[in-house]
Amino acid sequence: MKKEVTINVNGTSYTEEVEPRLLLVHFIRENLELTGTHIGCDTSHCGACTILLNGDSVKSCTIFTVQADGAEIATVEGMMQDGKYHPLQESFKEYHGLQCGFCTPGMLMRAIDFLKHNPDPTEEEIRWGISSNLCRCTGYNNIVIAIEKAAEKMREVEVETVA
Amino acid sequence: MIPASFDYHCPSTLQEAFTLSQEFGEDAKYLSGGHSLIPMMKLRFSEPAHIIDISRIQGLKYIKEEDGILKIGAFTTEADLEFSDLCNDKYPILVDVSKLIGDPSVRNKATVGGNLAHGDAANDHPAVMLALKANIVAEGPGGTRNIPIAEFFRGLFETALGQNDILTEIQIPATKAGNGGAYNKIERKVGDYATSGVAVNLTVDTSDTVVDIGIGLTNVNPVPMRVSRAEEALKGNKLTQELIEKAGKIAGEDCSPTADLRGSEDYKRSITKELTIRTINKAWERAKASL
Repeated sequence: MKKEVTINVNGTSYTEEVEPRLLLVHFIRENLELTGTHIGCDTSHCGACTILLNGDSVKSCTIFTVQADGAEIATVEGMMQDGKYHPLQESFKEYHGLQCGFCTPGMLMRAIDFLKHNPDPTEEEIRWGISSNLCRCTGYNNIVIAIEKAAEKMREVEVETVA
Repeated sequence: MIPASFDYHCPSTLQEAFTLSQEFGEDAKYLSGGHSLIPMMKLRFSEPAHIIDISRIQGLKYIKEEDGILKIGAFTTEADLEFSDLCNDKYPILVDVSKLIGDPSVRNKATVGGNLAHGDAANDHPAVMLALKANIVAEGPGGTRNIPIAEFFRGLFETALGQNDILTEIQIPATKAGNGGAYNKIERKVGDYATSGVAVNLTVDTSDTVVDIGIGLTNVNPVPMRVSRAEEALKGNKLTQELIEKAGKIAGEDCSPTADLRGSEDYKRSITKELTIRTINKAWERAKASL
């Protein structure tokens, strides 16, 4: 039996009828055609599908769409504001925080939530903070540096973002 | 991986949830954070025809001290524990364990109640709650029941919860001077189940005599277990490294690990012993600091 859900994604409200078993990541990618959110392992390990659900980073491959009825979601597509990169995006670009880019959207969403709890982290705290997300290219070093540099910038300026 | 089809129900009160559960019986499963159930449904190990999503029932998400008891609402997430000022100040064992469960994003969704109600000896809260001598509050169509944690775990994925029961609260005796707890586990990587895990809750007096102790083990026994023989060896005695070593040895002997990808039986016994020694020492350090 299908169920109607209303979910706000990156500031836009969507109302759709979905099968209860439809995973949130499929709703985002297939129903809304927002393909920035990736599917990696599909077993809640790799973090490629990480989004913000009411501000918290979660793995959208392990949530049913119906559980998100009424929620506010942010995906990587919502990070850019007024044509300008978010400081995290800017920093990943500047410090080579990516190679193939597959893990990047999830890594960015996780970094937003992490810096919300810990705006001035040590290197070790960043490494633990992104332990929910796998990267198979970079060896993480440049991701850690990118998050560290973005945190510096974000402490200086108020950042406007849907997240 | 696509789970089998199911009908979704979203009750807003416990009573509505019980009514649905009674109507669908064994065809229904309660869903809270979903981070144990949904992976099993995706693998089709579990194919419930009805999902009763209890996560929207209000009032079951809290961490508070009341009448000498720490009360944790069942829908409290692991991240809520991890960032709780109360836990960070007074119950560091709960911060230890939450930080070792899943990974940061999983902890935003996974609930403490779910971790216990799942009845999995590989989960981390069972050992901690055994060490803390917690009390489980379960509500069902017949009313409220208090279940001592020692009677809660019955077998593989089997608990004292009845078909229609919902675990609503975890009660832990409030910490007092001389009390300290700690949890530690060996895992191959973040998000893995424990190769072995040890929880210790210790109360000492000013002369370092053990007034009370609870020791629980993770994933080295088919059912979450307390190491009663090690507790007895320590209780009433003055703590020394020799005595702690002895308790560690007992823990390594009394558990029943099975060999798997995480290691041989001997290896698991060996690290259970070592982890027990380290964790008692950590709990002791904290207990002394509270005097």
